[in-house]
Amino acid sequence: MADIHAQNPHAQDAHKHEVDAVTGVSTTGHEWDGIRELNNPLPRWWLWLFYACIAWAVVYWFAYPAWPLVSGYTSGLLGWNSREAIQADLAALHAQRAAFAGKLDAASLEEIEANPELLAFARAQGRAAFGDNCAPCHGAGAGGAKGYPNLNDDDWLWGGTLEQIQNTILHGARSTDDGGHMGDMPAFGRDGILTRPQVFAVADYVLSLSGHAPEGATDLEAGKQVFEANCVACHGPDAKGNPELGAPNLTDAIWLYGSDRDTIVATVTNGRGGIMPAWSGRLDPSTIKALTVYVHALGGGK
Amino acid sequence: MTQLSSATRQENGGSGATEPGVDQSGRKKLTFGEGGLAFVFAVMTLVCITVASRAQDPGYAFHAYLSALASVAAVFVILNRYVERPAALPPLEIAGKPNYNMGPVKFATVAAMFWGIAGFTVGVIIAFQLAFPWLNFDLPWTAFGRLRPLHTSAVIFAFGGNVLIGTSFYVVQRTSRARLAGELAPWFVVLGYNFFIVIAGTGYLLGITQSKEYAEPEWYADLWLTVVWVTYLLVFLATLWRRKEPHIYVANWFYLAFIVTIAMLHLGNNASLPVSVFSPKSYIVWSGVQDAMVQWWYGHNAVGFFLTAGFLAIMYYFIPKRADRPVYSYRLSIIHFWALIFLYIWAGPHHLHYTALPDWAQTLGMTFSIMLWMPSWGGMINGLMTLSGAWDKLRTDPVIRMMVVSVAFYGMSTFEGPMMSVKAVNSLSHYTDWTIGHVHSGALGWVAYISFGAIYCLVPWLWNKRELYSLRLVNWHFWISTLGIVFYISAMWVAGILQGLMWRAYTSLGFLEYSFIETVEAMHPFYIIRAVGGVLFLLGALLMAFNLYMTIRQPDAVEADTGARAPSLVPAE
Repeated sequence: MADIHAQNPHAQDAHKHEVDAVTGVSTTGHEWDGIRELNNPLPRWWLWLFYACIAWAVVYWFAYPAWPLVSGYTSGLLGWNSREAIQADLAALHAQRAAFAGKLDAASLEEIEANPELLAFARAQGRAAFGDNCAPCHGAGAGGAKGYPNLNDDDWLWGGTLEQIQNTILHGARSTDDGGHMGDMPAFGRDGILTRPQVFAVADYVLSLSGHAPEGATDLEAGKQVFEANCVACHGPDAKGNPELGAPNLTDAIWLYGSDRDTIVATVTNGRGGIMPAWSGRLDPSTIKALTVYVHALGGGK
Repeated sequence: MTQLSSATRQENGGSGATEPGVDQSGRKKLTFGEGGLAFVFAVMTLVCITVASRAQDPGYAFHAYLSALASVAAVFVILNRYVERPAALPPLEIAGKPNYNMGPVKFATVAAMFWGIAGFTVGVIIAFQLAFPWLNFDLPWTAFGRLRPLHTSAVIFAFGGNVLIGTSFYVVQRTSRARLAGELAPWFVVLGYNFFIVIAGTGYLLGITQSKEYAEPEWYADLWLTVVWVTYLLVFLATLWRRKEPHIYVANWFYLAFIVTIAMLHLGNNASLPVSVFSPKSYIVWSGVQDAMVQWWYGHNAVGFFLTAGFLAIMYYFIPKRADRPVYSYRLSIIHFWALIFLYIWAGPHHLHYTALPDWAQTLGMTFSIMLWMPSWGGMINGLMTLSGAWDKLRTDPVIRMMVVSVAFYGMSTFEGPMMSVKAVNSLSHYTDWTIGHVHSGALGWVAYISFGAIYCLVPWLWNKRELYSLRLVNWHFWISTLGIVFYISAMWVAGILQGLMWRAYTSLGFLEYSFIETVEAMHPFYIIRAVGGVLFLLGALLMAFNLYMTIRQPDAVEADTGARAPSLVPAE
């Protein structure tokens, strides 16, 4: 203790009267490791703001549900509770939509198309539903990705009429729904239906159908024979596809998995069978109608 | 533990009849603490090897072997220390001056810097992962879900925790003029705590987690931390008990509140039943909305007592010390201390607005958060106004500037927090990046800056150097990292408010304007700005580490004890 006091002649007596020379405020007389404390009062503005916050809290407790009781809680003078608040919000939203929502429920797809106001409403609802349900696979702009069809073009795997689009949304493709689209492309190479030279030949032939120049000395005639023996059943003799089976048109420039030779070889070798879930149990019929007209309008709906 | 009895010994000048560590004939003997602890660790070794051999999970087996290894090392170190030490234990006082025990403080200071840089680095990585998801590399160990808790635990518990333990051991000794209680116990606290960090962090990377935010470590790590933490409390209390000052300094009230409350929170939130001693998996005893409430009672008070009370303690020692000015108001410190600890503990439910939590609990969480505003600002006022009469030091001393800016960030965050707890504001801000911005204005601005300031003060004091290697480097650190913080928090404010507005936007026909994925895409530029801010903050910390390293390499100061310079009440030049 001695050395501390030697450094600080005031410490031994009359602590209370020690005054800080800079501010003129007295200290409390305590000292720890050279640190002292001024005896300033609580700042007035601070104290009053503190009281104001407490007062506000007390008022709030009277107004809203606040304190637990033995078998309940103080429910507040305003009678507000979050369950009723959310119901009121939802009711307001339904009221906002009500003028058209009722019509949408009742209207057929053709009636929706024929009524411009209802169509605008349905497309707005469809757009919102698309963003939350379809965008993860088809993209926010419906541009698709490898294996997930682009919905902005006028190529439709399962048909592009209103009826067909609605059917696809309702039941999906290769889904768990019995009413869903069926039909896989077989794994011609992996299952030994075609030999490797045949796979390469037919891949070159398929490329040539959409105007791609074959690579090197390929035997298109051999490819054509393989195609006619194996592929026309689904893709058709003209290779323009069959929406009943989800078989794509091979003569256009639109490719679900890619138009390079390696991808086509992989497709022929291992087959394809992309899955879309059925939405009939998850979305209500009106939303599916709205999605149908929205998707129909995105590209070249038929 | 044997040191507890030394409180009586010092009364008669340290010349008691029987000294611990020495037998009656004056020969060296094993103390109860040394022998007991070595025995406990020897038993631990066997237990850990048994568990490791039958562990149901490779990650858990790794932890068990690691614990066995650490236990063997502990036995060796304790016995080696016994062999090397002189017969008599270190005296409490030498020539009437306290014989401070600064070894554990030095260790914690170095550990804090190490973990800080590690934690900031992981933060930068996950910030870039959010902007560029391919940086997850499709590997489980590098996925955001595992790295995120690694970041939060590294910065809060590893960096922040070591700063708190280190500074508390320093401050409690100096303001009590007493040597730290126990010889092995303080080392057990710092080493045991850092071992907990290693178990927690490697566990996250291996996929071991109980999935409670900020309380991710599984049951065995929690149990270990409990033992370490109770020892910490006992060391702190015993040191206070042997103090030579009539009163307990305000910094120590805050440290004590922090230690006691964290113990309570830790036990409450981690109450769980392990599936088996051979499995890392456990089930929490709380369920449903009660679990959510307990979690945020814990989570918010981890903010309140770990990141606020503990760092206010640092503020209360290091700002007056560095500024060489008295604390502004003793009365304010008392009132805001008690108001803060009474009110904070109620505020947790504001994390659960508009959830299944009953309305009354949400109301209490919100109103107590509002009432908490002024008690928080009491600390800010006391920190800032302590500079009165020494404001010019803001210009001349970048360490003071860092600590003062830290207190300013504290004030800003503790205004923003109550504001965000208001339900109307929360309905916009909740679940958005605004929350992340708020947390980081507190974490980077307040917690990290006051810690940096304290470490800049501590290193020359601990290693007996005249001053830091370079104040210019501190200046660079200050400006680079301040720029980083501004990038970070402004990007997150804009991102969060944009996100909140996009989520709630309805078209005139009554449908959501934006899909969720569009709101995610809109965040991209802000995530890049945030990551750049993080890089700047990390750069600043690297400059600091270099500066501290060069400081320690400097020749020793001439004065025996730079920390005990004569106090003065004269203003700075």
